[in-house]
Amino acid sequence: MASKVPAYEELNSEPDVASAPFVISVRDIVHRYDGRTALDGVSFAVHRAELFGLLGPNGSGKTTLFRILSTLMVPTGGEAVVMGFDAAKDPDALRRQIGVVFQAQSIDAKLTAYENLWHQGHLYGLHGRPLKSRIMEILARVGLADRAKERVETFSGGMQRRIELAKGLLHHPSVLLLDEPTTGLDPGARRDLWQYLRILRDQEQVSVIVTTHLMEEAERCDRLAILHEGKLVALGTPAELKHEIGGDVILIEAYNPESLADRIRIRFKVQVTVMDNKIRLERENGHHFITDVVEAFPGEIQAISVSKPTLEDVFIHRTGHRFWSEAQKAEPRTS
Amino acid sequence: MATQTTTMPGQITPATNGLLLPAFTLWWREIVRFYRQRSRVIGVIASPVLFWLVIGSGFGTSFRSGGAAGQEHYLDYFYPGALIMIVLFTSIFTMMSVIEDRKEGFLLSVLVAPVPRSSIVLGKVLGGTTLSTIQGLIFLVFAPLVGVHLSASDFLLVALTVFLVSFSLTALGFAIAWPMDSTQAFHAIINLFLIPLWLLSGALFPLAGASGWIRLLMRINPLTYGVEALRNLLHPASPAVFPLPASMATLVLFSLFMFSLAFVMVNRRTTKPAA
Repeated sequence: MASKVPAYEELNSEPDVASAPFVISVRDIVHRYDGRTALDGVSFAVHRAELFGLLGPNGSGKTTLFRILSTLMVPTGGEAVVMGFDAAKDPDALRRQIGVVFQAQSIDAKLTAYENLWHQGHLYGLHGRPLKSRIMEILARVGLADRAKERVETFSGGMQRRIELAKGLLHHPSVLLLDEPTTGLDPGARRDLWQYLRILRDQEQVSVIVTTHLMEEAERCDRLAILHEGKLVALGTPAELKHEIGGDVILIEAYNPESLADRIRIRFKVQVTVMDNKIRLERENGHHFITDVVEAFPGEIQAISVSKPTLEDVFIHRTGHRFWSEAQKAEPRTS
Repeated sequence: MATQTTTMPGQITPATNGLLLPAFTLWWREIVRFYRQRSRVIGVIASPVLFWLVIGSGFGTSFRSGGAAGQEHYLDYFYPGALIMIVLFTSIFTMMSVIEDRKEGFLLSVLVAPVPRSSIVLGKVLGGTTLSTIQGLIFLVFAPLVGVHLSASDFLLVALTVFLVSFSLTALGFAIAWPMDSTQAFHAIINLFLIPLWLLSGALFPLAGASGWIRLLMRINPLTYGVEALRNLLHPASPAVFPLPASMATLVLFSLFMFSLAFVMVNRRTTKPAA
């Protein structure tokens, strides 16, 4: 280190990764357009080699956040810093650090797998022999080396996704951003993709940021940020988040849920909500509570269930809304 | 400081991204996509041929017998304008690919790459320019039919003119296509522009004979200078309104202006959804 005194500019242009443990830090991001607030003061940070999930129903702002992190959009307030580079001020330096896999297909169907990656490599300044060997390496990695010379339009959905992933990883990014990566994939291909993301995290120390609206995918992340109407409503590991519910989630179906909910509230002194004609409450030792409540109101209860809290319960707990209530109606992209 | 490289074994540190490599690869893709779509190849070759069959057999002879334009055959007069028309349509319509790229999601992956925005414009525009220049030159093969025999140097000048006209119009097409999200809207806008641009370029009737305000419009129409330059080169005997160097200089300026316009469009990083 002491042998060479680096120029001031050199010092300054290096991303400050060593001192800051965060690969991504998002501070108080606000995004408004057309009179709508898509993001309203969101802050969080992502560690190196972490599988980080952005969970939220459609319209929660996660796609806006994804676009800001991938430099496609400039936020109207706050800052997003990736590997030490500000997304608004230094987009080109940031772009070198990230690999991006979009929800929609971005590969050119008229080109072969090899040609798609060849094209992509050129955009990142790779060329010649190193590019060639890198393409074959990454194609082998996603298990498509033998199809290199075939046009992408002849590939199955799962194979096309793998080419998308190869495209995002070609230039060895430190951060991989994926927008709803499993959209349109069958369960087998989904499992493969997640397994591959874990390998990337463990073997190459890549930080992986995944947006998703699927609970079971969010469960697989190391940490999660849950978004609702542009606000961060929860941040932590899936286990931590579920732990805060404290106990079990009890759902009761009744002939007259509103009145029964009131009476349960008075009788047991608990917080009770009614959602979709079901009474919902959170309580420790749910199995004891079930017998108590059934005995207290005989004949009024049609069905009752007790379960361990899920991430959906976390969402309900924090927002007072069901995760799917609005989202399911407006979901044109997922088939 | 060395954290980045030590924790990323095998990281390929890209050299400073030049303008040319990304531009080359985008250009290459335009060409490959073109020849892999057979109908487009047929269209590019067949349309000049068809055009010639129609004007050569019907339109041409009827004017010729009338001899309305004095000694000059109308077909001779019409030839440079026809060449410009073919170039005009091909140039602008190749840039429909900008809208398709955006819709297909391909463009997004280019936009998040560390690529200078000018090389995106350069690559796409040169791709379209190449295709329409080729089409223009195919049309030129029929020049001997109207009694035009070009020397090698004149041919190069004609090719240069066709290139400049193609480049500027493709850049115009790019600038129009960039903010659009549907090809229908593109068609609507283009038709609004294209036909008047061509009609007022001296392709159909000469600048000299036009009346006051039409003449003014023709003078500010950059295409007029393309038609003039071609007429100069193809029919050196007929009187030209502008000298060749003036026409060529105007075309160069027009190209630069259109390229800058396209560049400005691409460089708008907004707070609106990008694509």
